Amino acid sequence: MLTNFLIGAIALGVVLLYGCLGETLMEKAGQLNLGIPGIMCMGTAGGCFGAAQYMNGLAAAEDAAWLPLILISICFSILFSVLTGLIYAFLTVTLRCNQNITGLAITTFGTGLSQFIMDPVYVPRDRFGAASALFAKGFVNDPDANGVLRIFFSHGVFVYLAIALAVLFAYVLKRTRLGLHLSAVGESPAVADAVGINVTAYKYGAILIGSAVAGFGGLFYTMDYLKGSWENASTIEAFGWLAIALVIFTLWRPNLSIFGSILFGALLIAAFVLGGSSSQKELLKLLPYVITVLVLVFTSIRNKKENQPPAHLGLNYFREER
Amino acid sequence: MAKEVLIEFQNISKTFGSIVANDKVCMDVMRGEILSVLGENGCGKTTLMNMLAGIYYPDGGRILIHGKEVTIHSPKDAFDQKIGMIHQHFKLIPVFTATENVVLGVKNGSRYNLKNAKKTIGEMCERYGFHIDPDKKIYEMSVSEKQTVEIIKVLYRGADILILDEPTAVLTPQEIEKLFAVLRAMRDDGKSIIIITHKLNEVMEISDRVSVLRKGHHIATIETKDTNVQELTEMMVGKKITLNIDREQVKDPADRLVINDLNCTNADGVKTLDHVSFVARSGEILGIAGIAGSGQKELLEAIAGLQKLDSGEIIFHRPKKDLPVSFFHKTFKQVTDLAAEGKFHYEDGTPVDLTGKSKKEIRSLVNDGKILFNEDEIMNLRDKTPLQIRELGVRLSFVPEDRLGMGLVGNMDIIDNMMLRSYRKGKSILVNRKRPESLADQVVKGLEVVTPDLHTPVRKLSGGNVQKVLVGREISSAPKVLMAAYPVRGLDINSSYLIYNLLSKQKEDGAAVIFVGEDLDVLLGLCDRILVLNAGRVTGIVDARSVTKEEIGFMMTKTGA
Repeated sequence: MLTNFLIGAIALGVVLLYGCLGETLMEKAGQLNLGIPGIMCMGTAGGCFGAAQYMNGLAAAEDAAWLPLILISICFSILFSVLTGLIYAFLTVTLRCNQNITGLAITTFGTGLSQFIMDPVYVPRDRFGAASALFAKGFVNDPDANGVLRIFFSHGVFVYLAIALAVLFAYVLKRTRLGLHLSAVGESPAVADAVGINVTAYKYGAILIGSAVAGFGGLFYTMDYLKGSWENASTIEAFGWLAIALVIFTLWRPNLSIFGSILFGALLIAAFVLGGSSSQKELLKLLPYVITVLVLVFTSIRNKKENQPPAHLGLNYFREER
Repeated sequence: MAKEVLIEFQNISKTFGSIVANDKVCMDVMRGEILSVLGENGCGKTTLMNMLAGIYYPDGGRILIHGKEVTIHSPKDAFDQKIGMIHQHFKLIPVFTATENVVLGVKNGSRYNLKNAKKTIGEMCERYGFHIDPDKKIYEMSVSEKQTVEIIKVLYRGADILILDEPTAVLTPQEIEKLFAVLRAMRDDGKSIIIITHKLNEVMEISDRVSVLRKGHHIATIETKDTNVQELTEMMVGKKITLNIDREQVKDPADRLVINDLNCTNADGVKTLDHVSFVARSGEILGIAGIAGSGQKELLEAIAGLQKLDSGEIIFHRPKKDLPVSFFHKTFKQVTDLAAEGKFHYEDGTPVDLTGKSKKEIRSLVNDGKILFNEDEIMNLRDKTPLQIRELGVRLSFVPEDRLGMGLVGNMDIIDNMMLRSYRKGKSILVNRKRPESLADQVVKGLEVVTPDLHTPVRKLSGGNVQKVLVGREISSAPKVLMAAYPVRGLDINSSYLIYNLLSKQKEDGAAVIFVGEDLDVLLGLCDRILVLNAGRVTGIVDARSVTKEEIGFMMTKTGA
């Protein structure tokens, strides 16, 4: 029971973790991207599209191999999310449109388009079950194995990828020149510009890489967690919003976001485990948001400057000419 | 020391739209010298140096370094030529440490290693006599420390030519001494240092040579030891001017504003005002000195009713003695109550007794101005709204760093900006522009505001003119207490002295003037008493006629009670 609860919490947490990592990267560069839900939907659609193409090219579902399936899926997912992210980057960084409005537009666009792409006409679903089994394949697949082993080693590859990415991001942000420059761009693009950092390049880079990472969240949710069944884009959209909240909750720190996302995942899954009437479940589902609001309140009391959002978050940069 | 020409400017021109910032400027900089670039605000001295630092690109002319023509398109190009500029507004990231700011953007091929960087910084500090904690975050630093970080940042990039834009503007006399010592050490090390400034005494003290710019033209470059303040001023302004502030003796001072134990905490939980108490008297100018951000803004805003206080009293002695009572500020009931308490007298000195008089009789007595106050009215301004405080004649004119930040609306013209203070006065629901128009006219004529006409949006005026409008509007209402914070920020010499003399005039007219200034020389020359603020605490209230700059500087920085 507890084992299953924790496994579920980690799995749901990873969906959020991907979104959160992507958004953290962008916010570090000063870009508040409210298009994350849309980008996550597009990443899902891309990954599923790629998986479907691969599976349909095979003579029989049993011929599917793990590595090519995952690679093709990842490539298509990245392609779709990066293209969506590119629209956001072009509008906000190059054309300097309002980031909030652009982000919301991207979310509407992404959820709608992904729903269209996931139409059975474009993504035939009949072999998804087999593909999803490969996605979910972990090191320990025996349901009767030791609980601790199952908690840590029964997950599909995307769970480990997420944690590896979080560790990598934390290292890059904290310990490398690249990370220092990226933070400088988010804190004060004018200063960064003056010392010769290419602000536009950093912003584009952060948005595109962040989009690719965020897209994996939805792909993992559909192919692994939901065992290959696409219900509708709105669930993934909801996860996208939570991921943005999680960025604030974890104070823009990728290492904290590993734990934050699992906590959020646990809160989400608690609604199903604890049971109760459907209205009580809805109430429980609110918990992550309540916690985010509390965190916002606490950080706004401003005890430490380091825990504040990047100073130039959400503001576009104009190089001034007198 | 061998004098070797390092940089040559040849016929450098730069225009911004229709404004000519630099017109065929020719000058040179030697190796191992301190050169002052002197000129009034808007004379093009910063523009010229920005072209050397890669912020702007010249429209015409050539820059030669070591006799070779160079093109400097960006700050990076400037660094490649070993030129580094320290701007007036520091370009530092507050949440980063000193070291992180120093290494930011440096790509020297080596691995990212903050330890090595710290070591290099330590060596530089030793060499030139700086003191800095490399792990301190910028937001915890004083202005002087931030400036040090900026200088190290430039040196770390290997600069041999340092440009400092108004480096002393925000420093205390002691900090200026330290800075000058560092600059001299760097000069003796063979570096060329260019200081952009408009402070003459500093030019005389630190520089080897001085270049004077006026209205975009290069006037002269001379050895500092061959010139004097008077000559430099004339070159700077272009005509003989006398720089005198008319400071009269204080005439019949009366307590106007009694400040008692003010305490204020900001959103970060830092005490911005810490047990502040003082008295501002009529007919005198009380100067407030202190490092920027020591609580000056909070104090003035508290008096104006704009700042929430933790505790304390602001007692205003409204000048009423021997002035007639009116129904403008008092209701009928208040008048009869006060009369019963014996607060009024008739013109001949006999006390007023209203008992037995009819309402009509009382009204006519008051309206005819027959009833006079015995003494000044005493009230606590903390009970009043900002609007009421203004109506009582307590006026604040605050000139923030961005001049349009407080008090004026950039897109509105002078008339409408005048009206911002009086639009509630009209009886009709429609606004009446007649009076603001004549007021605007007075201000423009009286303060020599340069504007095409009264209907030009304020944001199109130059900074100095915007300030004149702001100060003029506050002075026009004949205030009882006039608070002016940084009223000459960014003004040229003539306009500055115009404003100083306006403040002096207010004082002679019996207003209590509170003047927050940055330039200690001016504070000493203009004020009657000077209050020194240090981290929200009053560290001294001294007589401006006898105190020295060093004493004030000491009070500005001393720690402990």
